[in-house]
Amino acid sequence: MHNRTIAELINGLQSKEFSSVELTQHFLDRIGDLNPHYNAIITVTAEQALKAAAAADERLAAGNAPAMCGIPILHKDIFCTNGVRTSCGSKMLDNFIPPYNATVVENFEQAGAVVLGKTNMDEFAMGSSNETSFYGSVQNPWDTDCVPGGSSGGSAAAVAARLAPGATATDTGGSIRQPAALCGITGLKPTYGRVSRWGMIAFASSLDQGGPMARTAEDCAIMLSCMASFDDKDSTCIDREVPDYSAALGQDVNGLRIGVPSEYFSKGLNEGTEQAVRTALAKLEQQGAELVEISLPNTGLSVPAYYVIAPAEASANLSRFDGVKYGYRCEDPKDLQDLYSRSRAEGFGEEVQRRILIGTYCLSAGYYEAYYGKAQQVRQLIQRDFEKAFETVDVIMGPTCPSPAFKFGSKGDDPVAMYLEDIYTIATNLAGLPGMSVPCGMVDNKPVGLQIIGNYFDEARILNVAHQYQQITEWHDQAPEGVAS
Amino acid sequence: MSIERHEIEKLAMLSRIAISDSTIVEVSQRLGSVLDLVDQLQGVNTEGVQAMSHPMQAIQRLREDEVSELNQREALQKIAPDTEEGLFLVPKVIE
Repeated sequence: MHNRTIAELINGLQSKEFSSVELTQHFLDRIGDLNPHYNAIITVTAEQALKAAAAADERLAAGNAPAMCGIPILHKDIFCTNGVRTSCGSKMLDNFIPPYNATVVENFEQAGAVVLGKTNMDEFAMGSSNETSFYGSVQNPWDTDCVPGGSSGGSAAAVAARLAPGATATDTGGSIRQPAALCGITGLKPTYGRVSRWGMIAFASSLDQGGPMARTAEDCAIMLSCMASFDDKDSTCIDREVPDYSAALGQDVNGLRIGVPSEYFSKGLNEGTEQAVRTALAKLEQQGAELVEISLPNTGLSVPAYYVIAPAEASANLSRFDGVKYGYRCEDPKDLQDLYSRSRAEGFGEEVQRRILIGTYCLSAGYYEAYYGKAQQVRQLIQRDFEKAFETVDVIMGPTCPSPAFKFGSKGDDPVAMYLEDIYTIATNLAGLPGMSVPCGMVDNKPVGLQIIGNYFDEARILNVAHQYQQITEWHDQAPEGVAS
Repeated sequence: MSIERHEIEKLAMLSRIAISDSTIVEVSQRLGSVLDLVDQLQGVNTEGVQAMSHPMQAIQRLREDEVSELNQREALQKIAPDTEEGLFLVPKVIE
């Protein structure tokens, strides 16, 4: 059962080939057997899952089942789940049990999905390798000496290892697309404002966006149709109808204009990765798509602009963790200042502390205009690049990341080496555009991701393009050794 | 770019993060390396360019000034480190 896609599992449930309880138990057994090898899941909610599955079976029998009724999924441990620990990968929230559900969690519950548990992640979503998690690194199912990417590394590894057919994730600078690429699965970051951020623990509020991870574009379409909604509780959510993304998967790519930015194929790009991406583009060209060379001249500024904006917003967002109302509190504080500064020093890991300090620096008196103000202006320049490009092309394509999965610890002590991992994904977040990663080849037996960027609210189009690509290729069907059996 | 010791101490105070004496040099080096990266922005001509905070230029929605959240004091205080009679407890502030 674990080798089937969500679309296939929905058919299996509806034709009574198996029940949701059987399906859920099957994935729980797999998690019990295999999760110790990958460390992809922090909390397993077996009891609640089986109860939800039994309820789903009743609805399926009664014939009034919603879209994802009885389908088991995992939530990234950044989404608040009522009564279930939500750690955000941090010691700070190791004991945090939210008294409410995130809107995304609520939406999947409405759609009848069964939650198997919560996935591992970089602490507060700050990282590109999952090495900053308080709960330890996640192993990449393709090569357990390598990172799964981050920050949604647990969700990506779990889907790749077929511990669940789909998982939720979030993307602030590439945290859905990069781990999807490194683990050989499909992931989508929607337009900023498409998916509610309410109950999703905030990192950089003007960039954060939740999205689905699954094995195919078709499954991502099913998940996004449930996940996206207008939400009054998120003031940046856009009030716009959610289309049926699955219904839009039938268009061929004949006549599609694909922009290929020269800046995404410059130095630093792994040769094998480039070859795989070029081959994918040629394949789409054979199907009638037109490749158009374009330029996004400010791409190089996206990483520096991001490392002002994201830490600045993080320093403000994370000020709420002070050891007073919830989360970690240090032992025997001698006064209030000591309580704050020691709880935060002991509760946050090194990378999170570094970003808070950088953000505080950039926002402090005398530096605000030179850093934050300037970065927001550069953000506008980056957005204009895309605006101009989309005057002549329908989608933009290139590699998701510069190279396949790297070994643990290989980025050394310099934080900047890790930051450059997101060079092709960050600009999309700064502009607020939707982007996907789909498997498009292998280098040294490790997956390569093709990135597809769309115009605002063009999720249906990029999902369709990804789906069409997956109709003529088999990269998304590949499984790490031992996983498919 | 290097950051002076007194600047790190000020940042630690503003951020409410205790930084031990033994790590201050390392923290300073790594922050310096990130600031070198972001300093690339200083050379960009942004004259007349508006700062961007929301991609869709969305404006803040307003609503009627009515209570919309349930009072969940007990549920919320159950997860607090220390409470007494409905209040959050912290070390004594005034002697």
